[in-house]
Amino acid sequence: MGEIGYKHIVCDPTLCTGCRLCEYACSMVKTRSFDPNYSRIRVVRIEPYAMMAIACRLCEDAPCILACPRDALTRSEVNGTMLVNTDKCDGCGWCVEACDFGAIILSPESKHAEICDLCPDVQDGPPCVSFCPKEALSLATPEVLRQQVRRDVVARLMEELK
Amino acid sequence: MHAYTGKILHIDVTTRKTRVEQVTPEFLKRYLGGVGLATRLVYDNTPAGCDPLGPDNALCFANGAFAGTTMPVGTKHGVAAKSPLTGMIGDSLSGSQFSEMLRRAGWDGLVIKGQSPSWVVIFIDDDEVRFLDATPYLGKGTITTQEAIREAIGDENVRVSAIGPAGENLVRYALIDNDGRQVGRTGNGAVMGSKRIKALAIRGSHGITVADPDGLMEATLKLIKVAQGPGTLKYRVLGTPSNVLNMNAIGVLPTRNFQETVFDHAEDVSGERLHEQYHVKSLACAGCPIACEQWGAVREGKYKGARIGMDYEPLFALGPNCGMGSMPVIIKLVQTCDDLGLDGMSAGVVLSWAMECYQRGILSKEELDGVDLQFGNDEAALIMLDKIAHRDGVGDLLAEGVKRASARVGKGSDHFAMHSKGLEMPGYDVRGLKTFAMGLAVCTRGACHNRALSYEIDIKGKVDRFTVGPGRGKMAMDTENFACILDCLVLCKFLRNCFDDFNVDVARIYTMATGIDLSPEELVAVGERVCNLKKAFNIREGWTRADDWLPPRVFEDPIPSGPGKGAHLTPDELNYEIDDYYRARGWTPEGLIPRQKLIELDLADIAEDIGVEMPIANVAAGEG
Repeated sequence: MGEIGYKHIVCDPTLCTGCRLCEYACSMVKTRSFDPNYSRIRVVRIEPYAMMAIACRLCEDAPCILACPRDALTRSEVNGTMLVNTDKCDGCGWCVEACDFGAIILSPESKHAEICDLCPDVQDGPPCVSFCPKEALSLATPEVLRQQVRRDVVARLMEELK
Repeated sequence: MHAYTGKILHIDVTTRKTRVEQVTPEFLKRYLGGVGLATRLVYDNTPAGCDPLGPDNALCFANGAFAGTTMPVGTKHGVAAKSPLTGMIGDSLSGSQFSEMLRRAGWDGLVIKGQSPSWVVIFIDDDEVRFLDATPYLGKGTITTQEAIREAIGDENVRVSAIGPAGENLVRYALIDNDGRQVGRTGNGAVMGSKRIKALAIRGSHGITVADPDGLMEATLKLIKVAQGPGTLKYRVLGTPSNVLNMNAIGVLPTRNFQETVFDHAEDVSGERLHEQYHVKSLACAGCPIACEQWGAVREGKYKGARIGMDYEPLFALGPNCGMGSMPVIIKLVQTCDDLGLDGMSAGVVLSWAMECYQRGILSKEELDGVDLQFGNDEAALIMLDKIAHRDGVGDLLAEGVKRASARVGKGSDHFAMHSKGLEMPGYDVRGLKTFAMGLAVCTRGACHNRALSYEIDIKGKVDRFTVGPGRGKMAMDTENFACILDCLVLCKFLRNCFDDFNVDVARIYTMATGIDLSPEELVAVGERVCNLKKAFNIREGWTRADDWLPPRVFEDPIPSGPGKGAHLTPDELNYEIDDYYRARGWTPEGLIPRQKLIELDLADIAEDIGVEMPIANVAAGEG
């Protein structure tokens, strides 16, 4: 395994325009209807122009898993996402509170926890990413993000030296 | 039926009673939604001759078939009522999240009538309607009100459409704001204020199903990708403010109340300058892949902290048109209008009219409450906007719009009251755009570029813009019909260059969303139908051919300098074009609609109200 860590959905807030097409696309794939209440990615907008989309970050030492009193949450060995055992989950919401990013929803219908699963069944990858018109959303590992930050800082320093 | 819910919510704020009207797929298909549906609801629910600021006027909201879906730029809504500014149909459009929430609450439209005994916030929570006390929000700005209501309800998913002080005080060009996007122009904010509704809050918990999910997802994803291409480049990069230098270069940028058409500080207030020096972020309405809203912020100087999503129309109106040559000043002025709930275009043209009155000694400093209202005086303009929104002193006069204000002031001030049917003019000087001149004159909403859309004919060089000639009537009708189709669907006009074959593509996606069969021909027919419906509303309100006219300046004052120097319109030219337009529409020479025409347009019930017989001579000429 060449890559370090699992990929998760990353949003670049400078590119996010707040259009919420990611919410529409996610909810369609998950519920066959456009219903952002079921979207596992949500756009947060603090007026007027601070905004970004947030989905599960696949934390290494995931607080949601630790918080669950019924051991309903486990990590997928395939792609690192949080798996919800719906037989065990009773919708208590401890995981929702434990998540530092508000990335877990309780389904209004089933009342179970629902978390971004990176759409393993969708051929072209997560539809939130493919529908993002500004390429603000991408799939990246923490290591790739670190590399990007390092590149950005060096580029900025070089710019200042000019 | 998918996408649509087939339900219209009627609310009477006098009695606080509500009822649900069921509508059929056949009905929805005839008007689609947005402006078409809202106008039909106004036509059916507003008695002829009613006071636009009285309880009988129906304030109607309608979303479109695509609200809350991945169809790009389809999440917009239309609002219509009888306009307190023009006395005719007042149809507006706005983007943002309200449209999606209206659909998710289970509604295709709202009809609001009556007058509440006390100020209220109407909270539509799915099919439950509550009337909340609006006292805590009175006098507050549009954005502050929305956030305070969300906080009071305790759910950030609630979307709010609110009026500002201008709407509360019945300024005839007050707007309704939702999430920083506006239902502007014809004074629907004043209609809402007259009903003592400070805001509409809405929360929906339903999902939106579509008839062909896979087909729709595939087709809309393709459009989203195309929308990142050349067809939308202008809107994505500089936004509509890119018009400043373009209009200036061809000498049609209205300057100092349309006295000139070239602005000496155009560079300083250009889209390019905004982009380079003030741009912070591009924002999108819900479901929009373009993101045309170019936010600018002032980082230093006396207007430090001012910020706004800038568009060309308020920019021209409050900028060059008021002699303002500084971008920070314009950002501050536009933000002030949005917050007070004033339509920035009308407010700008009202201010510039008052400035010219002051320049010519028609209004003295005393009559202007001691304000030194010279062109370019930003502090005076800010004071005056506040006076208008609160109808304080001379603000009470200016709150009436230029048509009424000039009639009251007299002394020849109507010569330069730049409006048609009472609606203040947009940012393209019609003396150098003669097809558009007619387009504005005949427009049912008054002087509106968005409904007419015929500036494209002149600016793109399809005709000689300084002359009139045969065929312009049909060309103007075609742009108007096309704009109308977009306004009914609703689709934002900025996507219009992204289709292979607009009618075929959109009709197909409409059917994928709704499950209702719609042929390209039927889609095209909606444009003509709704244009005639709007005209029918105006005829019922007493419209005559004399209302399709332009202010004296465009005939009597040739453009003084620049590329358009010497250009002006003659009454004969405008009459020639209007005749041509009425002929193309199949109307009588007086601009009335023949009964047979209305029946052909599937508006037989309206034919009973306002249809006339076509004079024999014209029938023969038409057949020849």
